[in-house]
Amino acid sequence: MADFTMPALGADMETGTVVEWKVRPGDHVRSGDVIAVVETHKGAIDVECFLDGTIDDLVPLGQELPVDAVLASVRGPESAAAPAAPAPTTSVPPAALPSHLPVAEAPTAPMHPPTSHRRKVSPAARHHTQALGIDPDTLSGTGVEGAVTLADVARSAHAAPTAAPAGPSITPANTPTRPRGGFDPDQMRRAIAAAMGRSKREIPHYYLRSTISFAAAQSWLSAWNRTREPAERLLPAVLLLKAAAKALAQFPQFNGLYVDGQFQPAPPVHLGWAIALRGGGLVAPAIHHAQNLPLPALMDALRDLVQRARAGGLRSSELSDPTVTVTSLGDRGADEVLGVIYPPQVAILGFGRIVERPWVVQGQVLPQAVVSVSLAADHRVSDGHLGGQLLAAIDSALQSPDTL
Amino acid sequence: MNATEIHALAAEVLAGIAPEADLSTVREQEDLREALDLDSMDFLNFVTGLSQGSGMPIPEADYPEIYTLAGILRYLAR
Repeated sequence: MADFTMPALGADMETGTVVEWKVRPGDHVRSGDVIAVVETHKGAIDVECFLDGTIDDLVPLGQELPVDAVLASVRGPESAAAPAAPAPTTSVPPAALPSHLPVAEAPTAPMHPPTSHRRKVSPAARHHTQALGIDPDTLSGTGVEGAVTLADVARSAHAAPTAAPAGPSITPANTPTRPRGGFDPDQMRRAIAAAMGRSKREIPHYYLRSTISFAAAQSWLSAWNRTREPAERLLPAVLLLKAAAKALAQFPQFNGLYVDGQFQPAPPVHLGWAIALRGGGLVAPAIHHAQNLPLPALMDALRDLVQRARAGGLRSSELSDPTVTVTSLGDRGADEVLGVIYPPQVAILGFGRIVERPWVVQGQVLPQAVVSVSLAADHRVSDGHLGGQLLAAIDSALQSPDTL
Repeated sequence: MNATEIHALAAEVLAGIAPEADLSTVREQEDLREALDLDSMDFLNFVTGLSQGSGMPIPEADYPEIYTLAGILRYLAR
């Protein structure tokens, strides 16, 4: 018997609320299955279970519970035939993977198509449904894949509230004012503030910055995109991300977690990708094993993550697994960014906007596409000398785009 | 495609990318990326939707021509 517990979806999460069970008592679960939807300050997250066996003792929906609280028990296959003993809730060894460690062995499978069975709701619409006490599930969505948009919420607010049937998996009496997936921007802001405050208090940051020529990468990218349909085209961010992931794989001192006074390097690069949410806020879900993904697969992963970060459907492993963060400001951002490390990670890389600047090539000043790359890293784990080598490795990778 | 069809296509594609964005609030000559806060990924998804809905390939080099609603109406009417 093992416990399925409330996962810590990042250092800034203290509590969560199960708003949907995707299994029933007695169901068989397998490691990697999404079995619950938990509402957090990052919105509604699909929570995976990394246990095998028969699930039972599900907590009721709608209770706000702390991280590590027992949500259900899972009876392993070997003891499945034994009579079900009352579930001990205190002396059970934590058989579930510690949620703050990278789940290297788990079948991460980042390429699953976005789950379409769950209603997609834009964060702005979520916020309004919560304010109005409406369950977004009861609305008809007019966005892509039936997503509920702000306009849909506005329309429904004029309709009689009693006409809306309650969601099938929520006990209405239990959660009258807490619709599933309620997303609260204020709560997210407080959580970001807490995590960044802790980072600035605890982590002795140092910062490095380089300017890198993006000319070779740009011409490779243009040639790639010229012969392809828009859906198969790549964004510059994909090349930056891959170059960063390859360099991080060479310098393990920047990829891992600082826990209990010790740095734990993480061999796989589970690269947290910072995604700005419309209406404010930020999440940095993991692209698992980013250093091994070919560019088109990385592009698909990015597109999928951005879509799910904004519409709902991020998975718990994506929020608990990142070993390092990369932020890229895109084509309308600032020229450079110096990041704040997301604890317990030990580094964050930041790419500015790609800009044309005068650049000296073999004694000649030429206009050239360049990009600023910065590193903020933890002095408890590394020094600027090594950080400089990491930035040089990113530069080098971007000069040979065909090998990315 | 006529102007009404193009406008409807643009609004439909946009609704999937930025559900809370309202195309009717955007002036014809305004840069959509700024008016609706579209990032690089949003804009590529927008181009993808316009291309699939119109059957036009829209090469990368032509992107600047469709930064505005007026530009989109002109480009897709060709």
